[in-house]
Amino acid sequence: MPAVSKGDGMRGLAVFISDIRNCKSKEAEIKRINKELANIRSKFKGDKALDGYSKKKYVCKLLFIFLLGHDIDFGHMEAVNLLSSNRYTEKQIGYLFISVLVNSNSELIRLINNAIKNDLASRNPTFMGLALHCIANVGSREMAEAFAGEIPKILVAGDTMDSVKQSAALCLLRLYRTSPDLVPMGDWTSRVVHLLNDQHLGVVTAATSLITTLAQKNPEEFKTSVSLAVSRLSRIVTSASTDLQDYTYYFVPAPWLSVKLLRLLQCYPPPEDPAVRGRLTECLETILNKAQEPPKSKKVQHSNAKNAVLFEAISLIIHHDSEPNLLVRACNQLGQFLQHRETNLRYLALESMCTLASSEFSHEAVKTHIETVINALKTERDVSVRQRAVDLLYAMCDRSNAQQIVAEMLNYLETADYSIREEIVLKVAILAEKYAVDYTWYVDTILNLIRIAGDYVSEEVWYRVIQIVINRDDVQGYAAKTVFEALQAPACHENLVKVGGYILGEFGNLIAGDPRSSPLIQFNLLHSKFHLCSVPTRALLLSTYIKFVNLFPEIKTTIQDVLRSDSQLKNADVELQQRAVEYLRLSTIASTDILATVLEEMPPFPERESSILAKLKKKKGPSTVTDLEETKKERSADMNGGTEPAPVNASAVSTPSPSADLLGLGTGPPPNAAPAPASSGSLLVDVFSEPASAVTQLAPGSQENFASPDLASSELVSEEPSEAARGADELTHKFVCKNNGVLFENQLLQIGLKSEFRQNLGRMFIFYGNKTSTQFLTFTPTLICSDELQSNLNLQTKPVDPTVDGGAQVQQVVNIECISDFTEAPVLNIQFRYGGTFQNVSVKLPITLNKFFQPTEMASQDFFQRWKQLSNPQQEVQNIFKAKHPMDPEITKAKIIGFGSALLEEVDPNPANFVGAGIIHTRTAQIGCLLRLEPNLQAQMYRLTLRTSKETVSQRLCELLSEQF
Amino acid sequence: MMRFMLLFSRQGKLRLQKWYLAMSDKERKKMVRELMQVVLARKPKMCSFLEWRDLKVVYKRYASLYFCCAIEGQDNELITLELIHRYVELLDKYFGSVCELDIIFNFEKAYFILDEFLMGGDVQDTSKKSVLKAIEQADLLQEDGKERNVQ
Repeated sequence: MPAVSKGDGMRGLAVFISDIRNCKSKEAEIKRINKELANIRSKFKGDKALDGYSKKKYVCKLLFIFLLGHDIDFGHMEAVNLLSSNRYTEKQIGYLFISVLVNSNSELIRLINNAIKNDLASRNPTFMGLALHCIANVGSREMAEAFAGEIPKILVAGDTMDSVKQSAALCLLRLYRTSPDLVPMGDWTSRVVHLLNDQHLGVVTAATSLITTLAQKNPEEFKTSVSLAVSRLSRIVTSASTDLQDYTYYFVPAPWLSVKLLRLLQCYPPPEDPAVRGRLTECLETILNKAQEPPKSKKVQHSNAKNAVLFEAISLIIHHDSEPNLLVRACNQLGQFLQHRETNLRYLALESMCTLASSEFSHEAVKTHIETVINALKTERDVSVRQRAVDLLYAMCDRSNAQQIVAEMLNYLETADYSIREEIVLKVAILAEKYAVDYTWYVDTILNLIRIAGDYVSEEVWYRVIQIVINRDDVQGYAAKTVFEALQAPACHENLVKVGGYILGEFGNLIAGDPRSSPLIQFNLLHSKFHLCSVPTRALLLSTYIKFVNLFPEIKTTIQDVLRSDSQLKNADVELQQRAVEYLRLSTIASTDILATVLEEMPPFPERESSILAKLKKKKGPSTVTDLEETKKERSADMNGGTEPAPVNASAVSTPSPSADLLGLGTGPPPNAAPAPASSGSLLVDVFSEPASAVTQLAPGSQENFASPDLASSELVSEEPSEAARGADELTHKFVCKNNGVLFENQLLQIGLKSEFRQNLGRMFIFYGNKTSTQFLTFTPTLICSDELQSNLNLQTKPVDPTVDGGAQVQQVVNIECISDFTEAPVLNIQFRYGGTFQNVSVKLPITLNKFFQPTEMASQDFFQRWKQLSNPQQEVQNIFKAKHPMDPEITKAKIIGFGSALLEEVDPNPANFVGAGIIHTRTAQIGCLLRLEPNLQAQMYRLTLRTSKETVSQRLCELLSEQF
Repeated sequence: MMRFMLLFSRQGKLRLQKWYLAMSDKERKKMVRELMQVVLARKPKMCSFLEWRDLKVVYKRYASLYFCCAIEGQDNELITLELIHRYVELLDKYFGSVCELDIIFNFEKAYFILDEFLMGGDVQDTSKKSVLKAIEQADLLQEDGKERNVQ
């Protein structure tokens, strides 16, 4: 059958198409088209009325021009005219033009609707078919308004021809999709359901599509379709391959209809009626069995059609998620496909397994394929298949294999296609966080991510690592050390500079004791990257610098010099300039205590959905990820306490602090830490985003803490400490080298402490926990200082609420200023009524002189020079004492650092000895201190020597430190 | 539901486009350009499916012509691949050893056949006989019309 003989050839059209094809250049083509457009325009506008054939020919030419990619802005009227022609051939072209080119010109739609109405009423099935096609093609709201009531009638009328029924079903489906509100439910719905029993498989096929969509929105109304669909499916899968005649496709009986019926069943839970359910299970088993049978044809069409049904059956099995036997069979089947030679099947198997991985019945079975999937990641030549492998690894990941999977993904990331890098980065970041047992692993993983694929690490990822480090104090030191090391690389990614800048700004002090990462070295390292960075990163670094001013007063002038330089103060960028000006000013005028408050460590972030997860959802479309995540969440809840690690809670478990206890001390946010500023919505970087507000945000509580006139200094009564407190020296010793822990506990009350000190200032949070279920009344904690102590130590606090509910905890903040050196400790006296009896508790508050130590690093030569300078006999105090604890050098080192002085390595010629140096800050004076501890292992003795510029200080420090070993 | 179907040549010439969801002309052109680029860049042995935007793309090459369908997340890829094949079979049967030129010169026929097969993005009838019968009936009507026209 040569093409030209088909239908009525339009010679003019064929000539025009040939002309276009013969054009040698784009310009020639456009020229030819413009000529034709001018011709058609003049014909349409001409005085002579065109006959139907000419109209059809010109409309067809316009259509061709449009399909070449040119805009067509006329001819619509002529096309509408063709609709009302009696000649099928003209009508058909008119409808085609409308279908392809219609716009929302309502004037035109009204005319089109008129033509459609006539054709629908014509009772000529061919014309009705054209009209229905046109409605389905345009599917506009105006059309739905005009025909949504009419079409259901055509669909269920007894005398409608099968082919029209098919068109009517799909036409209604289209209208329902665009304007569901305009399609009224009614009597027709039950009759539509019964079309599933129709003899004509074409009608059943079209009706099943319609019913599936309707059932998704109105499951109750279409519930009866379940049993009908099951019996239809059953008849199909058990039929011999020739029974269905033309609906058998390459020996597969009605594959399209089978797939559609299986889709319809996925709108519902497993059938309740045991007979229906049994029949469905049989169907699914038959489909699974057929997959194992030898193929009836070698043609790919045969296996494709067969497997299309199989994959849809597996989708239904996964959707029901109720038959472990079927799930495991499905998983095995997919496992076979994972190694199939057909790329298409490997792709689909990986895709299906992703959903299978979220079922509790098959999760373990899926996991057994991990090696195959990892291999696919390494060997598949097609990026879209590798992408599926990444998805599946992500889906099958749990605590048992997280380290392996994350390592493999990182490996793959090195060579991954650019198109999927960002997604892999997000996935690695999520898995590393979700399944981190050891947060140092998490920090390493994220830094690796930045190293390997820094460009693809989105803001969300590095925000998140900072959130986690800030919320988990057990990883802060490690994070600081690791970023410091990573920053040493000559060319490190800007994202690393951001993370490094932020973390060192917060926790650089934790590694400042090591001379290799002294404050100045940290600063110089960061600043060496400054000029290579973009403006936002520079802005962040400036904030780090001002935080350094607070953390490391010794490099304040260096930083001020940098801020003062023209390149900062006169920077062309407003943001940078403003920060430089404000930070410089802040560092100059603010007193140390104000600085300490303004630049305080960031408070923990409130827990919320990981921003990375949100991003992945956005990227992948909400449906796909959400479902997976939701199911996974349920499954993993028992493994890791929820999908999202909740750092605040989790640290109660994993913080090695011996003070972990019922109050959860050291884990709760510091009470004075203002809640994250409201404006910082969800992202920490908001803090840095507005320089003007940055200062106030960083110092949310400064007003209250320092300027408030109603400070309860009147509470400080002078009184002799009670006897009970005197015996409690032991307790105080516990706190000499640490700042947090439980101070006191009996059956009623627990008192916990969390404190921080900076130079001559400090702040202590006292947590009073009511261990009973009864209220404490008239609860009054009082701080008692002797006259002498009061002149040396300034304590300010506010009264707490006089009632403490059962099981509740109240907090009290004590602001501390050291005026001069002191030896006594203040006493905390608590009085309250518990169930009618009066309770009185006194305990020494462990505020000791060494808390006001600032460590000082110095070289061996300097140390001994100063040591000699302090050779005045009053300046030296020595104590020789017996060891009370095992003489472990590592513990000793930790204690000396905890004591507050710097631990100086390689200073003492005898490596067994320990030497330290620091400065005691008081308001009136700064007292340099040197110490030396010489252990004698044989004798189990120590000799401790303190040399300071003040006798009393030497004395007191020696007493305090001697008790520690 | 299928969102759209494209036929384009190895050289990136669009031969047929069918959209089952309303969309602006500009957006359509952008999607066609983008998707053609993606598909044409793929090598012969690669798999027939890929994720693209929020859709799944199923494509197959027949001689010089690519047949490319975009379907939704829940849709079945393999059955869509066979849908393409069935459409090719229909064209082949109608034109007799169909080639790209047949589709260029008789593009309206290619549309009519597709419309008999798919409607609103769903299969209307999968029987080769039914679809071809419908087309042949229409052709007969055309012949009648032509004769009347001549008379």
